[in-house]
Amino acid sequence: MVEGNITCKELVEVITSYLDDALSPEERERFERHLALCPGCRAYLVQMRATLRLLGTLSAESLPETMQRELLAAFRGLRPFSGSS
Amino acid sequence: MWLLDALRSGDEGAFLSLVTMHYAAMLRLAQMYVGTRAVAEEVIQETWLGVLQGLSRFEGRSSLKTWIFRILLNRARTRAQREQRTIPFSALVTGGEPNKPAVEPDAFRPPEDQYPGGWLTPPAAWDGLPEERLLSQETRQHIEGALTTLPPAQREVITLRDIDGWSSGEVCEYLGISEANQRVLLHRARSRVRRALASYLAE
Repeated sequence: MVEGNITCKELVEVITSYLDDALSPEERERFERHLALCPGCRAYLVQMRATLRLLGTLSAESLPETMQRELLAAFRGLRPFSGSS
Repeated sequence: MWLLDALRSGDEGAFLSLVTMHYAAMLRLAQMYVGTRAVAEEVIQETWLGVLQGLSRFEGRSSLKTWIFRILLNRARTRAQREQRTIPFSALVTGGEPNKPAVEPDAFRPPEDQYPGGWLTPPAAWDGLPEERLLSQETRQHIEGALTTLPPAQREVITLRDIDGWSSGEVCEYLGISEANQRVLLHRARSRVRRALASYLAE
């Protein structure tokens, strides 16, 4: 292996740091250089991004109506808040 | 701190959007401690009542969000103890899980190969994958299944980061862990979920 290159096996282990922008500029450059030449790793990144998109959709969950009603009532009941001035 | 001010000035819209925004994540986290969804919902309701009671005393030493989720955690733990459910974990314990690679090692070329560590079995290209298939109910169920098999600390981190959209800094503050630790947990969790998704979509 040429010094400074990363393998596919290594790339999949630093992908989270890459996506968090937590790689050093040199590491990032190596990562992107590898990616530009490697369809397999590009496919892996696409898979990871799709996974994140899917996870993001799991935040949709509607609040039960009774809870909403009761919490709003509690919220109104507490006004005005003391000590907020 | 406009949100805090909005809450303190009695802005119902702000309160309701806050409750709604975090509902899914709260439900997931609470359910890790208590047995049923119904109890988890009660825990959430108690949490918000606690938030309202404490609002005037909140000093902003942590972010509002972390403060709210700590209340959730306390209520959920109390409830779990009352139900005498064992809580065999804490977010600080990474579970001593062996360092599992993100991808099965046999997907890569062996050390003696001309290109060691290169793909032997490259991942499938998903560029042509229809969005309807990816986001279908069935696919989601598989993801849910994968999430429940994660060790608790990983599950907490991926829930906050990827489902509820927290920053890594917020998660570190909330769980009291280092950036590096947080990233390891997130990395393992994401890798495992990706793998589950890939094997399902390959069926």
